[in-house]
Amino acid sequence: MSDDLRAAVAAGVAGSEAGYRSLLQSTVEVARAIFGAKASSVFLLDEETDELVFEAVAGEGADTLVGQRFPSSQGVAGWVLVTRQPIVIENVNEDPRFAKEVAESTGYVPQGLMAVPLLHEEQALGVLEVLDRPQRTQFSLVEMDLLGLFANQAAIALDLLRRARKAEAVLGSTVEGAGIVAQLAATVESLEDERRVAGLKLLAALEEVLRHDEGGY
Amino acid sequence: MSQDIRPAWSLPAGKPADRIVLPVEWPVQVTREWAWGESTGKGVSVCILDSGVDAGHELVGEVSKAVAVSLDADGQPVIEEDTEGDLCGHGTACAGVVRSLAPECDIVSVRVLGAGFTGSGDILLGGLKWAVEQGFDVINMSLSTTKRQFAGILHELTDAAYFRRTVLVASAHNMPVESYPWKFSSVISVASHEDSDPFTFFYNPDPPVEFFARGVDVEVAWVGGSKIRCTGNSFATPHMSGVCALILSKHPELTPFQLKSVLHLTSTNVAGGE
Repeated sequence: MSDDLRAAVAAGVAGSEAGYRSLLQSTVEVARAIFGAKASSVFLLDEETDELVFEAVAGEGADTLVGQRFPSSQGVAGWVLVTRQPIVIENVNEDPRFAKEVAESTGYVPQGLMAVPLLHEEQALGVLEVLDRPQRTQFSLVEMDLLGLFANQAAIALDLLRRARKAEAVLGSTVEGAGIVAQLAATVESLEDERRVAGLKLLAALEEVLRHDEGGY
Repeated sequence: MSQDIRPAWSLPAGKPADRIVLPVEWPVQVTREWAWGESTGKGVSVCILDSGVDAGHELVGEVSKAVAVSLDADGQPVIEEDTEGDLCGHGTACAGVVRSLAPECDIVSVRVLGAGFTGSGDILLGGLKWAVEQGFDVINMSLSTTKRQFAGILHELTDAAYFRRTVLVASAHNMPVESYPWKFSSVISVASHEDSDPFTFFYNPDPPVEFFARGVDVEVAWVGGSKIRCTGNSFATPHMSGVCALILSKHPELTPFQLKSVLHLTSTNVAGGE
């Protein structure tokens, strides 16, 4: 990759993780609202450790669960991921052992949960869970289809997030400081009017100094 | 050349077609009464390829055999006796549904889930291969894979099962991705309907999904002797496996093609469930 291209890619990647994370957060917020549920969360599969990681949480557990992880061999989320089959379970708390296991992947013991695999092309990226929808009506297949649509959106967001992280990791490991340069470019890009003009002048001056320095000044 | 090793695709010249006798006395009209009336599933083996089965659960009863599949150091599948039962609850749920329809069938558990995501595809293939080799009458697969690398071998295995008279009943997918093996025509693919009658099933005139069976708000067996209510194609699938077990118990000579024909003819939307 040429330096120019690498710089352009770095500029494109900079800040994108935060953007995709917001998209993912927005997906779980909307899923929670649409189903009138107590909580909703997205797990990303970490293939290196074979664990599921909380990437976005809306509602119950939103402050504490993000970043927590558990083995992909565990419970309903693990089963959904491996089998690629969505599942809806009611009265989870009937069995203490099952309730405890579920709580490890939800942060609390829900009455019921819906879990759907996040699939993008042939990849199983993670799982979307919606906890404690209102129990007043019997679950319908229309809701299942809706869950599938949300899962599709969440899978796309999760795939973008994964790619952004990979790109950042590659750039960071091959060009020392590329991340800082990209961040700087993104910051200047966000400035307006006089501050932007001043920022660009400063960068031009900095570039000149550094170039001369490199030439053995 | 002896009769036994004659290639299956040739019909000796001059042999009148009426001498190809069907081992089944085929009725003028196939009804549910003809198909599985009085049947209990006795003598039919149903393999639950899943997360294991909790034997002794009141909705499951006896499990004839239980094995677990893992990978050795070289990544080759190893089949061992399963002493842990169900690690998740899902296999027990499927077994309970089959038992509720076919109370006297033999249930065999092949645990291919529960060891995590890594290696799960190879474990699934190893388990399915073993199950096909055992010649079980019905294999219930409430699962699928999206990995293209497994599609070819899965196709070979499902075809092998079909020609060995093992009926593979697989959950369809209601998401916009390619997944296997439910899409292969050699399996019976199942999605859900919302009715609560376990014997209501519909033939789908718009495949790839072939049948819709009960899959919404089903009370199922779960780990620890409990029962929970579940929704998903995973639970529709064992309903069709149960019906298959009933039919094969009464008509063990049916090929998978004939069995599928009987399912079609006895579907609620074809014969009004009569």
